[in-house]
Amino acid sequence: MTQADPALFLCGVQKTFAGADGPVRVLGGVDLTLAPGETLALTGESGSGKSTLLHIAGGLEVADAGTVRVAGHDLTGLSDSDRAVVRCRDVAVIFQQFNLIPSLNVADNIAFQARLAGRADMVLIGDLAARLGLSDQMRKYPEALSGGQQQRVAIARAIAARPQVLLADEPTGNLDESTAVQVLDQLLTLVADTGAALLLVTHSPTIAARMGRRLHLSRGVLA
Amino acid sequence: MTRACLAALASHWRRNPLQSFAFLVGLALATALWSGVQAINAEARASYDAAVATLGDGQFDQILPRAGDRIAQQDFVTLRRAGWLVSPIIEGRLDGVRLLGFDPLSSPARFGVEGMAEAGDPDSFLSQGQLYATAETAQALGDGVTVLVEDTITPGIAVGDVGAVQQLLRRGDLSRLLVQPDQPLRRPALEDLAPHLRLQSASQSADVGELTESFHLNLTAFGLLSFAVGLFIVYSTIGLAFEQRRGMVRTLRALGVPLPHLITLMVAEVVALALVGAGIGVVLGYVIAALLLPDVAGTLRGLYGAEMAGTLQFRVSWWGSGMAIAVLGALAAAGGRLWQIARMPLLASARPRAWAMTLGNAQLVQGVGALGLLLCAGALAVWGSGLVAGFALLGCFLIGAALALPLLVRPVLALAEGTAKSPVARWFWADTRQQLPGLSLALMALLLAISANIGVATMVSSFRLTFVAFLDQRLAPELYVEAETAGQAAAIEAAAPRLGATALPLLVRDTQVAGQPTRLFGVRVGPTYRENWQFLAATPSAWDQVAAGTAAVANEQLARRAGLWIGDLVEVAPDRMLPLAAIVADYGNPRGQLVIGEALFQSLHPEVSARQFGLRTDDAATLRRALSDEVGIADSAITDQVALKAFSMSVFDRTFTVTAALNVLTLAVAGFAMLMCLLTLADLRVPQLAPVWALGLTRRRIGQLEVIRALVFAGVVCLFALPVGLGLAWVLLAIINVEAFGWRLPMYLFPADYARLGAYAILAAGTAAAWPAIRLMRVPPNALLKVFAHEH
Repeated sequence: MTQADPALFLCGVQKTFAGADGPVRVLGGVDLTLAPGETLALTGESGSGKSTLLHIAGGLEVADAGTVRVAGHDLTGLSDSDRAVVRCRDVAVIFQQFNLIPSLNVADNIAFQARLAGRADMVLIGDLAARLGLSDQMRKYPEALSGGQQQRVAIARAIAARPQVLLADEPTGNLDESTAVQVLDQLLTLVADTGAALLLVTHSPTIAARMGRRLHLSRGVLA
Repeated sequence: MTRACLAALASHWRRNPLQSFAFLVGLALATALWSGVQAINAEARASYDAAVATLGDGQFDQILPRAGDRIAQQDFVTLRRAGWLVSPIIEGRLDGVRLLGFDPLSSPARFGVEGMAEAGDPDSFLSQGQLYATAETAQALGDGVTVLVEDTITPGIAVGDVGAVQQLLRRGDLSRLLVQPDQPLRRPALEDLAPHLRLQSASQSADVGELTESFHLNLTAFGLLSFAVGLFIVYSTIGLAFEQRRGMVRTLRALGVPLPHLITLMVAEVVALALVGAGIGVVLGYVIAALLLPDVAGTLRGLYGAEMAGTLQFRVSWWGSGMAIAVLGALAAAGGRLWQIARMPLLASARPRAWAMTLGNAQLVQGVGALGLLLCAGALAVWGSGLVAGFALLGCFLIGAALALPLLVRPVLALAEGTAKSPVARWFWADTRQQLPGLSLALMALLLAISANIGVATMVSSFRLTFVAFLDQRLAPELYVEAETAGQAAAIEAAAPRLGATALPLLVRDTQVAGQPTRLFGVRVGPTYRENWQFLAATPSAWDQVAAGTAAVANEQLARRAGLWIGDLVEVAPDRMLPLAAIVADYGNPRGQLVIGEALFQSLHPEVSARQFGLRTDDAATLRRALSDEVGIADSAITDQVALKAFSMSVFDRTFTVTAALNVLTLAVAGFAMLMCLLTLADLRVPQLAPVWALGLTRRRIGQLEVIRALVFAGVVCLFALPVGLGLAWVLLAIINVEAFGWRLPMYLFPADYARLGAYAILAAGTAAAWPAIRLMRVPPNALLKVFAHEH
């Protein structure tokens, strides 16, 4: 990826799922560009296709039509394994349900994706843990953490992997308001420090207002 | 990436030590029983091969002394000069080692000394004057003797040139003479040359390997059954572990681990764990084999006269097969789960599906599988033939029954639920039904173990009853005497009435009947035969016909092998056909036998005279003394009926010691499977039990109900195991035994034994349930409250 390339480029992305009453079109030709270091909030009602768009951007799901380019890699036509490699090296996803590995302690969870990508930096991991208030929790297992702490671990894991594109699916959806604000502050600070592009899916207008740009998805089409 | 992934996968086992323990111990137990049995079989077979090579038993006729155990060297010289092609053998003991000396120039056997062949010239063997033995035996002989190590020789025996061994033993005589297969047509009779010697035919000893094959096959089948029961634990553990890791798998894939890479690593993980479990199992198997070896050796010696080395060797054949079958078994157990993971969409729900509720279509597949296997078993019972088909039938029947078990238990529990009145009782039965899928593997393992116990116990006890009755009828004469010469035989017959005894001469000749090697007997039909022999099938006047020389009696082995039954004609001699008047059971004898009347036998084979006699008397001790003192019969040629029966029964009981031990071990493994299943399910139970606790049931009461549930399951399994076990017994008695030994045993039922076994099984299940139940009773209230806190 050159400096001029967008971190994320989606053009004419379409997705249809089979429903009980026939095919359901979730995305109807979405165009979206995200520059390196840019933060973008994607809002929309439930079922509007926000999460599907995020999954397609992360290579977790395949578009039926259109172009998807992430960090200079064209995902169109890539095999599942090749998409996994792109995801491992250049993308990090923060899930609403945290998706931590229950049998690894906090330190190993944070380092995990960076290790997969072959660039674990223990100094960076220590720094991230300190900034997210996790230094005392490093030897604990996820089951012993509160929801807010688990979400911080998920954020640290994503940042520690030093991705070019960070995708966050309702990262504060499971947190109370004050914790949500705190976690979001920390996320934005870290993103600014690393220069990664952030695409964040949210219902909350307050959180969306904190992003550099906002797009609204309605019935599979960006408004 | 690989390292990070492996660390993540391994962390699951580290965080769930109970699962790791269940996996490793399950596989170790499965491998232990399998490789233990294989170790015994391998050792026995190696011993047979070594014995055949070293002793030449059963290969050549031999000349033995009539009394004592030595032959003068002059006798050997006399026989050689008279044209007998015989070779000298000397045997004796030195420092606890059996020395065997032979003449390599004239001996038809090589006695396992392969080094002689390598040297190419027996002269070197002769001139060097050294012995050949295994390293262990050589050590026992000490430094005074030159020994070359030869691993093909039976342990405990050292072989050398006859002259060298004579010197070591400080003897100038011989022990026996081997008779070469090709002898001059015209040579003086042995009786004329050396009346104090006798000729023993090679046919008197049968091929040990062949005789014992069915015994080893039975052990193998048991090993396989135990392996299958152990594998249930592994399957169950892998199922739970993989189910609990669905979330981890999804996360790993979402974080960028390619699916093929992940599957490869999971296969490697299973193989690595399987190798550890199998390694432990092989060591355990060695211990089990070493413990069982003395009994097996005793059984083989008593039943078949087969010698077996008393020490166990770590042979690659058995530990290699143990490791291989363990890895393959673990991969087979994991295969289904890996397939599920390979097909699982990346964004599928990471929430562990209630592991106990994963049946769905699997139930239908299981039902179809069970039906298919049972139909297959039925087809094999009707149309199959041969021992392998017999064991295939056994496998289909047992696995089919095990697969059918959960499907049959479900309606029973539904019925109980329907009849329950109180809310707790209704919840209990509904919850029990809900637990069935999660416990079904353990219950299937328990069914297999209980059925095997019922089946084998029924077979052994039926065999014992039949064998005792058989000994009573067939060993009716109080004394058995073997005459060394025709003159001695005549003297016995003449003396019997004078000594107040009735002589029952037995004329014997080996022949072929209906294409089967058969021993033809000529008997003097009298009250002993008429009153004691019980036929499996007979015409009304069978003995009259035999006495009149118009019919014959066949033993069951001959009848079954040759496809003969009552009324069928058999050729007892060229152009002499006789119908079969009766079929008689003949347990413990592998040969076909045909019995005809004494007169007919003498007319067909006038050259044969009776050498064996049964003697009926009221005073066996006096008669025995009189035969020795007055007729000159050596005491060693007289056998007492009581001693013979006692010996036969001791051999019988020892034979099944190994079977009983394997039975207990299989049941223990099944109990362990139940314990592991309940323990691993205990964690999943907390969210299911928390609402009941919240509604007012105490933790103590919940724990008690958990134990009762295990008892109910064990009881229901016992009920189903009874018909399966009896079916298994029928297959063993009516099919496997007929194929393996040529005889069919009547089946008896032993309700008290079954009740006792059921009580043991229920007790084992209750004990297995106690630990997880106590753990549940001690779950702190906040852990139960967490269940509600986690709900969104």
